Amino acid sequence: MSRSTTRFDTKKVNSELVTLTYGALVAQMIKDLDSTEDVSKQLERLGYNMGVRLIEDFLAKTGTGRCLDLKDTADKIQTAFRMYLGVQPNVANWSAAGDEFSFVLDNNPLTDLVELPEDLKNLKYCNLICGAIRGALEMVQLDVQSWIVQDQLKGDQNTEIRVKFIRRLEDAMPAGED
Amino acid sequence: MSLTSRSRLSILDKPLSRGKGEVSLSCFALLFSEVVQYCQNKSQTVPELQNKLHELGRKVGIKLIDLYFVREKNGKREIKLLNILLFVKSTLWKALFGREADKLEHSNDDENTYYLMEKDPLVNKFISVPRDKSSLNCAVFIAGIIEAVLTGTGFTAKVTAHWHKGTTYMVKFDDVVVARDKQLEER
Repeated sequence: MSRSTTRFDTKKVNSELVTLTYGALVAQMIKDLDSTEDVSKQLERLGYNMGVRLIEDFLAKTGTGRCLDLKDTADKIQTAFRMYLGVQPNVANWSAAGDEFSFVLDNNPLTDLVELPEDLKNLKYCNLICGAIRGALEMVQLDVQSWIVQDQLKGDQNTEIRVKFIRRLEDAMPAGED
Repeated sequence: MSLTSRSRLSILDKPLSRGKGEVSLSCFALLFSEVVQYCQNKSQTVPELQNKLHELGRKVGIKLIDLYFVREKNGKREIKLLNILLFVKSTLWKALFGREADKLEHSNDDENTYYLMEKDPLVNKFISVPRDKSSLNCAVFIAGIIEAVLTGTGFTAKVTAHWHKGTTYMVKFDDVVVARDKQLEER
């Protein structure tokens, strides 16, 4: 199977700059907030904000159209992973109903150079990605839930991010425009 | 003799990556924007915000010291002031931003002060500073990185970022550092 590598001309930065910037931010949050749960939540929120804006960039650069089904959506998110993080996750573990699937990453630039201390074992370090997926899809009228199933930082073989389709959002017209 | 549940390799057992990994610029820009927003939400004033960004930059800088000296310099640290500045201007900048910093100058009036200039820092590329906060320069984040690298390698300094010919980082070394460097030269 041929894999088109860099079809989309995007500017790049050193991944360690991103890794360490993110790491510094997470460390700061752990200091600022009381519980690791709050930190995880805030990271998801942050990812959401990024996703909301990232989708625009994605649509503009790829010129992609509407998705036909969730499989299509999964493929496109896979492309986005490659574009933005430079990694190629596998799409796997579809649920029988076809409304839930996983991205399996064997490496992840966010977690390079990262080790979680024992007392932060329940921190969802990669929640940023879950948030980004949720935010981006919400902007194209897909309400999804996303969470981490397996995490390399906690000793798992791979990092697995689960995405569950909830519903299609109706186009909400701004008030006064019908 | 296996440690049962902990069969996982620790980060130190793995080979050091070559640091050639790349991530899209949009991704970094949005992340940095979130970093700035996070700091802004926690600050009342511009100096407070700058301090927070500076502090975060220092966290990044501290980690970079070992990483880059091991990778680029075979673990050998610099002992001369000029060499460490050139290390920052060339090696560090190239690794982080893909090119050297534009200019390095020694101040005319103060021998402890050096200026590192960059016309268009990566972090400021997508930031438009609001008019009422015109003194804000988010490149203080990078100033923090430089400060941590210099201070962490034994060249204690204060580094600040200013709007001057693009962005200028003002590096002000401690008197001790400059005196020591002179001693080295005399030998």
